[in-house]
Amino acid sequence: MRAIVVGCGRVGSTVAKTLAEEGWDVTAVDESESALARLGERWRGGFVIGHGMDVATLRQAGIENADALVVATDGDNTNIVVAQIAQKMFDVDTVVVRLLDPARADFYAGRGLDVVCPTKTAYETLTERVRAARVRS
Amino acid sequence: MFAIVAGGGKVGATVARTLLRRGHEVTLVEQRADRYERLEQEFEHQIQLGDATEMFVLERAGIARPAEIVIAVTGDDEDNLVIGQLSREKYEVERVIARVNDPRNQQLFDLLEIPQTVSATQMVLGLIEHEVPAHELIHLLELKKENLEIVEVEIEPGAPAAGKRVDELALEDARLISVLRDGKAEIAVGSTKLQAGDQVLAILEPGREDDLRRLLLKR
Repeated sequence: MRAIVVGCGRVGSTVAKTLAEEGWDVTAVDESESALARLGERWRGGFVIGHGMDVATLRQAGIENADALVVATDGDNTNIVVAQIAQKMFDVDTVVVRLLDPARADFYAGRGLDVVCPTKTAYETLTERVRAARVRS
Repeated sequence: MFAIVAGGGKVGATVARTLLRRGHEVTLVEQRADRYERLEQEFEHQIQLGDATEMFVLERAGIARPAEIVIAVTGDDEDNLVIGQLSREKYEVERVIARVNDPRNQQLFDLLEIPQTVSATQMVLGLIEHEVPAHELIHLLELKKENLEIVEVEIEPGAPAAGKRVDELALEDARLISVLRDGKAEIAVGSTKLQAGDQVLAILEPGREDDLRRLLLKR
């Protein structure tokens, strides 16, 4: 199975390494060459330098044969656009996208994107912990 | 008319200023604090500080009234794409105009169904094509909905089409519309004989220009 990870920061690089360890054929995409260091010396997957919104870069990363695409750059709007390119232009089966803004996360989830919103997870978890404390006391 | 202009750079500020001068109501949205402060002296309550890709910013600007037009002219194409998509699909704004900063991103605006786009680079290139005859295809008109374009091309001496009748050409992806010779134009029919130097108008699907190049230009 082939996966592409667009945005090789803390989140993207960890997803890429984990999937690769589990036997996926992974290619990471990042604008900056220095992101390769995050993948570690033992990285045997692919690495393409380029912007995720650049269709040629996505092709070079093998999007035409990808089974899954993870989008986790530090820009919500870039992520929204890249995820839709993967879905609408290349018909990638599984597209998962990280969005920090809960409002845009809700809207685009409603339009068929598979959205992960860490901000939402954080405030839900924090609130839940406080509620649990009140129950205990 | 009530318009929201996203992006207070040269383009956005000038558009907002012109609309105001023509008596329209405008909210200009600018994300950078330094730029906002400078513009605030001129635009006063008609400018707001914020990221126009955030829904609460758009709502505070009055998008749900609704705005009759949203003009997304920031310097980042991903922002213009998202502002355009939110305006059309979430807030059902009927008219959206988006700026394409990098012409390579035009296909993304098409993909996300943002029909009205403006690209300074594209306009300059179009003007150059008109002004500098380069024995190449000149793109005269793009019919977006129909997915067709009309191009002008001058037949080069020695090109395969020179001296041939239109119906002798193996043109599969294009149709010739007219031929302009010595300042006189005629409709291209099967029996029209082509000569070097003829200015030909043709209609075709964008990107399928190989036939025309092969037959009308000396390549």
